[in-house]
Amino acid sequence: MRLEVDISSKVFANAAGERDEVLRNIAFTLEPGEVGVIVGPSGCGKTTLLRILTGLDHDYQGRVSRPEHARIGMVFQEPRLLPWRSVEDNIRLAAPKVDATRLSALFAVLELSAHRSHFPGELSLGLARRVALARAIAVEPDFLVLDEPLASLDEALAARLRNQIVTLLEGRATTTLLVTHNLDDAVRLGDRLFLLSSRPATILHALPIRLPRSARSEADIGEIRNELARLNHANK
Amino acid sequence: MRLLSVAVFLVTWWIVSALMGSAKLPPPPDVLQAMLTEARTGALFLNLGVTLARVTLSFVLAMALGTAIGYWMGRHRLADRLGDPWLIILLNLPALVVIVLAYIWAGLTEAAAIAAIAINKLPTAVVTLREGTRALDPALDEMARIFDFPRGRAFRHVVLPQLAPYIAAAARSGLALIWKIVLVAEFLGRPNGVGFEIGVAFQLFDIPLLLAYSLSFAAIVFAIETVLVQPFEARLSRWRPRAA
Repeated sequence: MRLEVDISSKVFANAAGERDEVLRNIAFTLEPGEVGVIVGPSGCGKTTLLRILTGLDHDYQGRVSRPEHARIGMVFQEPRLLPWRSVEDNIRLAAPKVDATRLSALFAVLELSAHRSHFPGELSLGLARRVALARAIAVEPDFLVLDEPLASLDEALAARLRNQIVTLLEGRATTTLLVTHNLDDAVRLGDRLFLLSSRPATILHALPIRLPRSARSEADIGEIRNELARLNHANK
Repeated sequence: MRLLSVAVFLVTWWIVSALMGSAKLPPPPDVLQAMLTEARTGALFLNLGVTLARVTLSFVLAMALGTAIGYWMGRHRLADRLGDPWLIILLNLPALVVIVLAYIWAGLTEAAAIAAIAINKLPTAVVTLREGTRALDPALDEMARIFDFPRGRAFRHVVLPQLAPYIAAAARSGLALIWKIVLVAEFLGRPNGVGFEIGVAFQLFDIPLLLAYSLSFAAIVFAIETVLVQPFEARLSRWRPRAA
């Protein structure tokens, strides 16, 4: 799926009736199968942008073009699982067509096999995040959206989940958009990085990474991250 | 524990009846005797059955309508604005007024009785379900939209489980209210049922008969509560982590 975004402005009217511009002049394109990463300070409007791109919010100036019936898989900042359904039911409800073999494979990659019949209330945050990721992958999305999927996990757990995401992304070329404020995640996962300013958010830099994910050495990653940090710093 | 509590009740009853005199408060064996006499003629079961049928019908009617209207008012602001004054009037209308008016307008018919009972219960069900609908989690709604849940699936798996505690609360309080009102409706305008029999006993000053019907009725309410309502609530909340 190809995603073309050209948002000239998104404004919220707050309770006092004042206009609060959240997004301004955000234009970029993701080619089919590309992983775009949006990096920006917290509260800059990243989640608002995702709500527009996923079709939850239609009240903006500009244009977003993606196939009308593109299947979307999304991992929200909070897991957003149905607490009254088991882990497996949560996934099957979102992806009724998933077959047993694929589901088992997915559970195996994400180390969830032991938790199939648990309720979300019985899971740690790390596990619940993985269930949310499994749900988003299970629908075989044309467009995968990850909204800070690694936030508030400890470093070791985040690294493991990040590797699992890499594995899942390699398996199937899916147009993906990841939002994060962690430069390391951005460099390890993305094909195309977008640096956002604070409010109203606008794209300050667009940085394509030409090396394929699997070919990036630690040295490459360090180098790109430094470049990114320098750009990021220059904006402050 | 429950048995002990019932035993204490019986003993207290016996002592009070001894103090007050059996004319005002007959002791338990007299009431049991009256119960058995009524049971032998079949009148007890007939009347309990008739009352139970009325309770069931008006309960189902009020809950179904109340849930639908409450959900609608919770989702749509315009519906809420339009419906709210009606709701306030209905909520504060005395049960007796509704019953008497229903009998005057629709005659002393079964339909009038059931409609009147249901109308008494309706507004509380609407209010409870409206609150429940307002409390629905928008985050889960968004999840269902993004993952393209069809309407039916979203309602059954996302909305209904969130409304379940409100439906249970409405059912619990609604049942309690209907038990009370059904007797008034029968007392005023039906030729059978527990309420009618109590009316007869009242006119004849037959206190054992009055108590026999009241207590049989209370026993049925108690049985329904333990056999139906409580297990249903337990089943609905089985996904919740248990309180320590």
